[in-house]
Amino acid sequence: MGRARTIGRRSFLIGSAAIAGGVAFGVYTARTPFANPNLKELQQGTASFNPWVIVDSDKVTLIATHADKGQGIFSAQAALIAEELDIDLDQVEVSFGMPDKAYFNGAAIDAMAGFPLYDNSPTAERVRGFLGGVVKLALPMMATGGSSAIPDTYEKLRHAGACARETLKLAASQQSGVPVGQLKTERGSVILPDGTALSYTSLAGIAATIEPVEKVALRDPKDWKLAGKPMNRVDMVQKCTGTLDYGIDFETEDMVYAAIKVNPRQGGAMNSYDASAAKEMKGVKDVLEITGGVAVIADNTWRAIQASNAIEFDWGEAPYPAEQADHWKVLEETFTEESLNAEARVEGDVDAAEGEEVTGEYRSPYIAHAPLEPLNATILVTDERVDIWTGHQIQMFVESIVAGITGVDQENVHLHNKFMGGSFGHRLEFDFIKQAAEIANQMRGTPVKMTYSREEDFAHDFPRHITMGRGVAKHKDGKVTSLDVQIAGQSVMRSQMGRMGMSLPGPDAQLHEGAWDAPNFNLPNLRVRSYLTEALAPVSSWRAVGAGPNVFIYETLLDEAIHAAGADPLEERIRLMGHDVSVKVLEKVGEISNWNGANLGENRGRGVAYGFSFGVPVATVVEVTNTDRGIKLDGVWVAADVGKVIDPGNLENLGQGGTVWGLGHAINCEITYSDGMAEQSNYHAHEGMRIWQCPPITFAALENSPKVRGFGEPPVPPSAPALGNAIFAATGQRIREMPFNKHIDFV
Amino acid sequence: MKLSVNGKDREVDVEPDMPLLWVLRDELGLTGTKYGCGVAQCGACTVHMDGLAVRSCQLAVGDVTGDITTIEGLGTPDSLHAVQDAWVEHQVAQCGYCQSGQIMSAAQLLDFNDSPTDADIDAAMGGNLCRCGTYPRIRAAIKSAAQKIQEA
Repeated sequence: MGRARTIGRRSFLIGSAAIAGGVAFGVYTARTPFANPNLKELQQGTASFNPWVIVDSDKVTLIATHADKGQGIFSAQAALIAEELDIDLDQVEVSFGMPDKAYFNGAAIDAMAGFPLYDNSPTAERVRGFLGGVVKLALPMMATGGSSAIPDTYEKLRHAGACARETLKLAASQQSGVPVGQLKTERGSVILPDGTALSYTSLAGIAATIEPVEKVALRDPKDWKLAGKPMNRVDMVQKCTGTLDYGIDFETEDMVYAAIKVNPRQGGAMNSYDASAAKEMKGVKDVLEITGGVAVIADNTWRAIQASNAIEFDWGEAPYPAEQADHWKVLEETFTEESLNAEARVEGDVDAAEGEEVTGEYRSPYIAHAPLEPLNATILVTDERVDIWTGHQIQMFVESIVAGITGVDQENVHLHNKFMGGSFGHRLEFDFIKQAAEIANQMRGTPVKMTYSREEDFAHDFPRHITMGRGVAKHKDGKVTSLDVQIAGQSVMRSQMGRMGMSLPGPDAQLHEGAWDAPNFNLPNLRVRSYLTEALAPVSSWRAVGAGPNVFIYETLLDEAIHAAGADPLEERIRLMGHDVSVKVLEKVGEISNWNGANLGENRGRGVAYGFSFGVPVATVVEVTNTDRGIKLDGVWVAADVGKVIDPGNLENLGQGGTVWGLGHAINCEITYSDGMAEQSNYHAHEGMRIWQCPPITFAALENSPKVRGFGEPPVPPSAPALGNAIFAATGQRIREMPFNKHIDFV
Repeated sequence: MKLSVNGKDREVDVEPDMPLLWVLRDELGLTGTKYGCGVAQCGACTVHMDGLAVRSCQLAVGDVTGDITTIEGLGTPDSLHAVQDAWVEHQVAQCGYCQSGQIMSAAQLLDFNDSPTDADIDAAMGGNLCRCGTYPRIRAAIKSAAQKIQEA
C-alpha cells in the first residue's frame, strides 16, 4: 500500500492547533467521561442513565444532539439508541436536548490526523486516538459536520441504549424479585418469565434510585431488529404536513421581526446610511446599527425587509479583489514555491516517468450554499439569561459567541437548536448569530426574530472556495503511467476558523483532499501538490469541502489520460486502484450501469468517476445524449461503501440527493464578484437542478469498509467529473471548467 | 381585509400589497407555507387559490380573489391527504423545507390529471426547487398517489 512517507510531511491540522494552544494530555486522562447534563434539573421519579436517555412515568425521551440539516441524523441517532434499548421509534419522544460538552463529537478529528481515512494502520490509529484525547479535554466541541455524526454516534448511542436497558432490567428485578438473567426486553417493556410486561415508564421511579450500568457488550449487527432496515424517519410526517417548526417558524409572545442590510462587499465597512424613509414606513419600530450595517425592526418580516430596501448606504471597499477576473489571476500566480501548502503525495517519480503527455488546466468556481431556509435566528436577551432559537451545526460556540456579545455568563446562555431547512455548510458560520445577538442585545427584554432576505443570504453566503488545477498525465502502451496534479486555492479552514477567532498554523489538508488520498496504489508515479493564497473572498465549508473541486480536477485529468491511452475508463480505473474496497465499488457501479453492455449509439456517451471523501469511496456513472437542444442526462448510477448501513432507505435518498446536488451545481452554478459584490442574488442566477433535468438515479450500497462512515457529503465529488467525462464521450468536447453551461448547452 | 383560509374566514389588518405569504406566516401564524426566494423562483410558498396552485410570495393579499388552502388545510398528521400519504410512504423529505410547496403543486397536478406522465410531472413540478435533490422520490410519490386516487 502506498502511503505518504513521513508524518512530518503530512498536513497536521488540528494537531498543530492544539499544540499551539499549549495543550497536551495523555489518552488515559482524556477518557474521563463528562457528567450527565440531564441530572441537573431532573424531576423526582425521573431516571436518566446517561446523557442520551431519560425515562419518566409518562414517556421515554431520547436525546439526539447532532444537528439535522436534512440528512436524517435526528432519526438515525434515535434508532441507534432504540436498537439496544428495545423500544420502537413510535414509542419515544426525540429531542435535540440542550448543548453540553458531554455531547462532544469524538469522530470529527479522525479526518484531520494527517492520515488518509483508508489507512487503519496501528500508527494512524494511535495518532487518531491521541488527537481524540486532546480534543476531548482541550476543545470538547459539539459539532455536526464533515460527515462525522454517524461515526461519532454509531457505538456511543447503541452503548447508551444498552446501558439504559440493563439498568431498567435491574429496576424490574428489584421490583419483581426475578433475577436479571431471566428478564427480557421488548417494545419498551421488561418482560418477566411469566410474560408480564413492566413498561419502562412504570420502572422510572425505581430506576432513578439505581446506579446506572456503565459497561455492556453491544449486540452483533446481524441481530439488529430496527437498524439496518428501511425506517420511517421520525420527522417525516411533520415535514409532509407543514407542522415541523424550523428556526424560521419560531414564534413567541411579544416578538418583533428584523431584517438586515450588511455591506455586500463581504467584510467591508459601512461608511454612512440614510434610513429616514425607512423609519416612516408602516410597521417599522426602529433602525439599529450592527457590525457592518443596520437592522430594521418591524412588526412583520415583510415590512422589515421592505424598509431595509428603502435605506440608502455608502459602503466601504471589499478587502479582496473587486472583479472576478482578478480572483482567477491571483490563483494563476499562486503556483509558486513560496505559496506551496504541501507536497501531499509523492509516489515514484512523475518527472522521470515515461510516456506521452496529456496536460490540462481546470477551474472550479465560487458556489453558494443557498439552503432553501434563509438564515435566521430568534434571540431574547435579558440581564440574567439569553435564549437563542436557531439551527446551527456548532452549538456551544453559538452560546459562547452570544455570551461574548451580551456579557451574560455562558452558563446562562441557552441555544434551543432547531431543524434546518438545509445548510450544506452555511450553518457552520456565525455572522447571522452575531447579527441577531447584536440586535437583541439592543432590545433587551424583547424577543427578536431576524430573517435574511434571500438576497441578503446570497450576498453573505461565504461560498465554496475557487480552485484552479494544473495537471500533467502520462500514458504508455495503453496504460496510464503517471499523474502530476497541482492545486491552487484558498484555505477554507483558515477563512472559516479565522471568523471564529482561531488561527490555524501549518498546511491545510482540505486544499488537496480528494486528490492526495486517491487510493490509486497501482499508479507507479503520482504527485499531488497544493498551493495556498489568502488574498481572495472569504469562503466556507461547502458540502464535501476540498474534495468537490479536487476530485473534479483529478478525475477529469485521469479520464483525459485514459482516453489518450485508448483504454476503457472503468477498466483502467479498476486496474489503477489497488484498494480492495474501492475496486469493489467501481465493479459494482459497472455492474448496475451495465457498463460493458451494448454500445450506446450515436450522440450518446457514458462517463465514470471515482471519489474518496470522508472515508467513503463512491463511484458514479452518468449517461448523456447530445441532442440538438443540448446535453440531456439519461441516467445515473452510484455505488458507495459506508462500512455499515443504518437506514438503507435514507442512505439511498442521500446518495441520490448528493448526486443531484453535485450535478446541478456543476451544470449551472457559480458566484462571481463585480465591484466587490456577488453578482448572483437569487435562484434565477444560481439555480441548481430542477426535476425536469433529473434523470433516474440508481444507487447501490456496499459494506466492505472496516469502519462505519457518514454519507452526507461523499456522493457529491464524483458526480461532476462523471458528467464531464460523459459529455466528452458523447461529443468529443472536454470541459475543464465548472459550471459546464459556460461551455455547452443543457436540455 | 377578509380572507378565507383553510375553510375559515379570517380578518387581517394589512396593506393590500403585502404578499399573501407574509400574511399567512406572520399575521395568521400558518408557518407551514415557506419563504425561500420571494420572487417565485423556488415554489416553497405554493398554496392553492380556488384549487389552483399559486406562489403566495408573488400574490398581493389585495389580489386574492378566492378561497386559500395551505399545507395545513390539505391534510393533517392524523388525516393525511393522498399526496402526503404517498410522500410519507416514499420517505421523500430530507430537510423538508420545500416539501410543503412540492406537495401543494403535486396535489393540484393530480386534481386535474390522475395519471400524469413523466412529462406532465416535469411541467407541473418544474417551479419547485429542492436543494436536497429529492426529485427521484417526488416523482415516485406522485405516481403512487395517482394510482391510489385512481383506485379510490
